[in-house]
Amino acid sequence: MAMVKKVYNMEDLDCANCARKMQDAICKLEGVSSCDINFMMQKMTLEFDDAEQAKIVKAVKKCVKKVEPDCTVLFD
Amino acid sequence: MKLSQLSRKQKKMLVRIISGIVLLAAAFIITHFAEPPKLAEAALFLLPFIVAGYDVVWRAVRNIGHGQVFDENFLMTLATIGAMAVGEYSEGAAVMLFYQVGELFQNIATANSRRSVAELMDIRPDTAAVVRNGETLTVDPSEVAVGETIVIKPGEKVPLDCIVKVGSGSVNTAALTGESLPREVSEGSEVLSGCINLTGTLTCTTTKPFGESTVSKILELVENASSKKARAENFITKFARIYTPAVVAGAVLLAFIPPLAGGGSFTEWIMRALNFLVVSCPCALVISVPLSFFGGIGGASREGVLIKGGNYMETLSNAQTAVFDKTGTLTKGEFSVKKITPHGCTEEELLKLAAAAESGSNHPIAQSLAKAAGEIALPEISEYTELAGRGISCICGGKKVFAGNGRLMEQEGISYDKSPISGTAVHIAADGVYMGVIEIGDTLKSNSVKTISELRALGVKTVILTGDSKAAGEAAAKSLGVDEVYTELMPEDKVVCTEKLIKETRGRSKNGSVVFVGDGINDAPVLSRADVGIAMGAAGSDAAIEAADIVLMDDDPSKLITAFKISRRTLNIVRQNIVLALAIKALVLVTSALGITNMWAAVFADVGVAVLAILNAMRALRKIK
Repeated sequence: MAMVKKVYNMEDLDCANCARKMQDAICKLEGVSSCDINFMMQKMTLEFDDAEQAKIVKAVKKCVKKVEPDCTVLFD
Repeated sequence: MKLSQLSRKQKKMLVRIISGIVLLAAAFIITHFAEPPKLAEAALFLLPFIVAGYDVVWRAVRNIGHGQVFDENFLMTLATIGAMAVGEYSEGAAVMLFYQVGELFQNIATANSRRSVAELMDIRPDTAAVVRNGETLTVDPSEVAVGETIVIKPGEKVPLDCIVKVGSGSVNTAALTGESLPREVSEGSEVLSGCINLTGTLTCTTTKPFGESTVSKILELVENASSKKARAENFITKFARIYTPAVVAGAVLLAFIPPLAGGGSFTEWIMRALNFLVVSCPCALVISVPLSFFGGIGGASREGVLIKGGNYMETLSNAQTAVFDKTGTLTKGEFSVKKITPHGCTEEELLKLAAAAESGSNHPIAQSLAKAAGEIALPEISEYTELAGRGISCICGGKKVFAGNGRLMEQEGISYDKSPISGTAVHIAADGVYMGVIEIGDTLKSNSVKTISELRALGVKTVILTGDSKAAGEAAAKSLGVDEVYTELMPEDKVVCTEKLIKETRGRSKNGSVVFVGDGINDAPVLSRADVGIAMGAAGSDAAIEAADIVLMDDDPSKLITAFKISRRTLNIVRQNIVLALAIKALVLVTSALGITNMWAAVFADVGVAVLAILNAMRALRKIK
């Protein structure tokens, strides 16, 4: 399993408690070893299994939408 | 706060709030003078409610579809609509309006603090002027390769770490070191990215790619700092997880148990329970604690102090013992030959031999010998070996030469001059014959004495660890006024000593921590062993930035005091915010349960406290006096 660490910008992350909830949910995803959402910088640092990227990106998006529907993660 | 600084979204919200206030006022006036029927009254108050809060209600509906029961929007909607359902129309509408005002304030305060921190870290150069095929092109700094030529005009930021090829002038290093005095540069000087060129156009050769240049390193470090969380932050995260469910559960109990037990009407207790829902968001804590650390770390970086995480800030604020490396940390590390004492040869012969023996080293001591030797031609050496913590050995003029401290002489069984000297002694022996000793001295940095005395005034015990001789170490310790000094230490002894000091400090106070301050050369093991390792003078030294927890960008030891004060202040702010938020929330919960306070107080305990906590957190960003 090749773990990679990437930083993504986030948009319209308006609530710090929501950021915490997203972070909790994303950390529990399979293939994700760590997730840190920096509310101030509006950035997500994600460490995940490279081989599962497509699946994980989808799951992360779902977690984010679930907590704060207006918020988007800018995956490149 | 100017209106023009508001984002479009915030302006829209402001318009909605103002219209909401007007409509609410109208509703109050109408119901006061005319006495409309219940239904008309409900409609009158529903209008401002919808204008101000439709998005909250909409988000609540959408999020509840996602199973987000503890969503702030949902709880707020439930509370206000609940209030209206029991006939408290004006209260429901007013509270929604007030909540939106609070949210807007909170939003503005967060945006403001984000902007302040961003400004603080605005050291990233946007472009680089690179010379390619005789043409000067403006490109993104990341597109410039190592060894390319860049042109930096006055007033521009240095985009990449580089060496001046043509030109001279002065650069402002304040963004990196916090030092406001400009630094003179000329041909051959190293210039770090993030500095600002003040005078004269500089033509430079790049030495590092953008990603590895100082400015990128610093930004990366500060931005990553938030992932290393302090205990206070972890506490808040855990607390937030249980707080909302607990308060909501409390609300449910409050709504049903007392009226069922015959303690009053459902309407009354439901109103009290709805207050609970309003107070149930832990936002004030979740925002303000990381924000305080973020501000503290940002403020520190402006002073040239890079802190790698809130946890280090927390540990530093609890410092009970400060351990210093001597050379290069408290002293300038600029050695010069003070005295030459030959045994059976001339001074010049001894100096020549010593300088030759040390010529393979770039240790400051070797450099001082080379400087003292000046123009004297040095004999060739071979088989040069460095003996860590003792000195060196080599073959010079067919003789086996040892140059180093007393321990080296003892180890080689050579009797030597043991008379105490205050500097560093370099004893020389050739083929087992003692040739004499050269005394090398160092000078204290101008702020060292002040740093030590301030630390002592703050109740921190000060210790020096040095590889130097007892006489040299003790002389320095005495002039600095430190509490303890350990001398003649090998690098590994420093670790043992530090461990001992950690044990002793914990004995004095359970949370007390030990800080080690070194210049980043040879002290990586101690830097990592100490509770907080601080490397100093690290502008440019990657190894030190890597190993240390806190990096002081210039050579001034008094920056430790700055770091210490910023850490203490930040931790104080964090504590204030935690206590403030918890106390107000607890108070409002209790008074709501008793029916003393209404929903207005509850909204204040929610968004009002969040705004106060954010404003307080922003103090962490201020300059330290």
